[in-house]
Amino acid sequence: MAIPSHPPDDSFVQLLTPEGERRENPDFPLDLDDDAVRSLYRDLVLVRRIDAEATALQRQGELGLWAQLLGQEAAQVGAGRALRSGDMAFPTYREHGVAWCRDVDPLTLLGLFRGTTNGGWDPEAHGFALYTIVIGDQCPQAVGYAMGMQHDGAEDAVMVFFGDGASSQGDVNEGFIWASVFNAPVVFFCQNNQWAISEPLERQTKIPLFQRAWGFGFPGIRVDGNDVLACLAVSRHMLERAREGSGPSLIEAFTYRMGAHTTSDDPTRYRLDSDVEAWRLRDPLERVRSFLHKQQLVDDAFFTELDEEAEVMAKRLRNGVRNLPDPQPADMFAHAYAEPNSLLTRQHAELDAYLAGFVPEEAR
Amino acid sequence: MSETMTLAKALNSGLRKALEDDAKVLLMGEDIGRLGGVFRVTDALQKDFGEDRVIDTPLAESSILGTAIGLAMRGYRPVAEIQFDGFVYVAFDQIVSQLAKMHARSDGHVKMPVTVRIPYGGGIGAVEHHSESPEAYFAHTAGLRVLTPSNPVDAFWLIQQAVVCEDPVIFLEPKRRYWDKAEVDIDATPIPFDSARVVRSGSDVTLVTYGPMVRTCLEAAAAAEADGTSIEVVDLRSLAPLDVETVTASVGRTGRCVVAHEASVFLGVAAEVAAVVTQECFYELEAPVLRVGGFHTPYPPSRLERLYLPDLDRILDTVDRAMAY
Repeated sequence: MAIPSHPPDDSFVQLLTPEGERRENPDFPLDLDDDAVRSLYRDLVLVRRIDAEATALQRQGELGLWAQLLGQEAAQVGAGRALRSGDMAFPTYREHGVAWCRDVDPLTLLGLFRGTTNGGWDPEAHGFALYTIVIGDQCPQAVGYAMGMQHDGAEDAVMVFFGDGASSQGDVNEGFIWASVFNAPVVFFCQNNQWAISEPLERQTKIPLFQRAWGFGFPGIRVDGNDVLACLAVSRHMLERAREGSGPSLIEAFTYRMGAHTTSDDPTRYRLDSDVEAWRLRDPLERVRSFLHKQQLVDDAFFTELDEEAEVMAKRLRNGVRNLPDPQPADMFAHAYAEPNSLLTRQHAELDAYLAGFVPEEAR
Repeated sequence: MSETMTLAKALNSGLRKALEDDAKVLLMGEDIGRLGGVFRVTDALQKDFGEDRVIDTPLAESSILGTAIGLAMRGYRPVAEIQFDGFVYVAFDQIVSQLAKMHARSDGHVKMPVTVRIPYGGGIGAVEHHSESPEAYFAHTAGLRVLTPSNPVDAFWLIQQAVVCEDPVIFLEPKRRYWDKAEVDIDATPIPFDSARVVRSGSDVTLVTYGPMVRTCLEAAAAAEADGTSIEVVDLRSLAPLDVETVTASVGRTGRCVVAHEASVFLGVAAEVAAVVTQECFYELEAPVLRVGGFHTPYPPSRLERLYLPDLDRILDTVDRAMAY
């Protein structure tokens, strides 16, 4: 008997084509009113503007680094807008679009990349955990949080974000196992942007990533990651499934990292311009823009006003980042421990004594 | 009320009390439920508190820590067991990169009241990875506290103090002392968890130690007394932070200091104690601070461990060298 090969299945859920044509999917019905579609488009535009502004601020020396999300706006806004207030999101360091949906001030994110803080927002207040820089570490944490929700009897869910590169990490795979055996209310949202810095998807997997889910005992599905409507519909469905007690699932948002890994990276060393150009035709914003036009849901004033709003926001970020106060020496010690710590107290006093030895500038 | 109990039973009683006192306390680890732990430290706790509070986990140490962090974010107080010292390295990243730093990263918004219980140390004739002393790795990491009891009384109180602490605590249990017995007064008031204790007074030399070596050092002190050397023994109890005052006050009285532990002395806890004592007691010292401990070798096959572990003779030999100055 021949060993059967895995059934090839590269299909994905798409509700809006790159040309802006609406597609229906009986498994993922999505009934949005016109305002909701306009609002999603606004999110996409503003999130892209945050990203562009931050990239420019890095180039101007105001940020030490920026991790660009260009190309992944639809995946993040679709997932982010599917979350409810009681839900919790666990991001990587690139989820600026999800942060936007969870009302984290983009200026706080800029502070992280400027070096004024390592995070600093209150996860509970936003339903948005702190950025995780070590690849995949957030997955078991997200599952633990979901187990806590389960223990509380809460009807909420967790969504944890990671990328194709992270799918190779032990912690991500362990997270799958724990979520499965504890039936935890967690949705694994993998943005497959095809690249882990310079390493292509083929270095991480031999099979489509979403298919891995079945081996762990829960469903996986691939969605057009550049289609905000599909990302929203599938995320809503899987989150609701988790809230109802039906357990974890994996969503693979098939997308592309249009920019560099970070502002320190040079993607021209490892990938072809032609590939990038091919993905440009599947831009997540353009298709919504076309749809809005074709359906006559907007007039020119809508776009003009949105551009103005983006401009005002960008200006606020530019001015705001330059005025972010630098942290003070005491801030280094303030939260290293929650309870008094004799070693820290001693070292803090030593630093203060050392700093007190300098003549203040104004007294010279 | 007093009760004679083993160190393992004292931990069991302390954990039981922690579970009774706070519904947010959860125990998690491999084989801790039905089996009661390979050392029976969690014996009967699942039966009494349920599978939701005493959780048998998959065999994945990194995720035992990762999920404990997530549960702490949700407001729980997880007590995670790592079955043996040599298995904690799988979870090292979650401990060092996440558990230790989360409170600082969040500017104080996220507390991490997680206790990580680890049976540690040698002397039980075990196979590889079951006899290690990893305390220096954790003591070196800012954001963590490291506690280690040496006897049933401290075990009973320290485990409860670790659980209520708002900071993450690495709780190292001296596995070869699990069956040592003592009278535990469960109505007493414990001393602060971050304070050391003079467990035997003496006048000639201060012997600083902790965990499984405390008993060995007390035996060494008793033997030395017969030879006319008076040893003061200090049980550190907390390795991070160190109770510098108790140690330096003792050395101020004796003028000599020897530090003993099972772990390799190179960059070990003894090195830090030696540095601090040298700095704080420079004018009182009659001799350099000497260290006695493990060698810079992988923990040896168990038929050799009696050479690797400081015993009464090797400790007294080091004391003699300190006295010879």
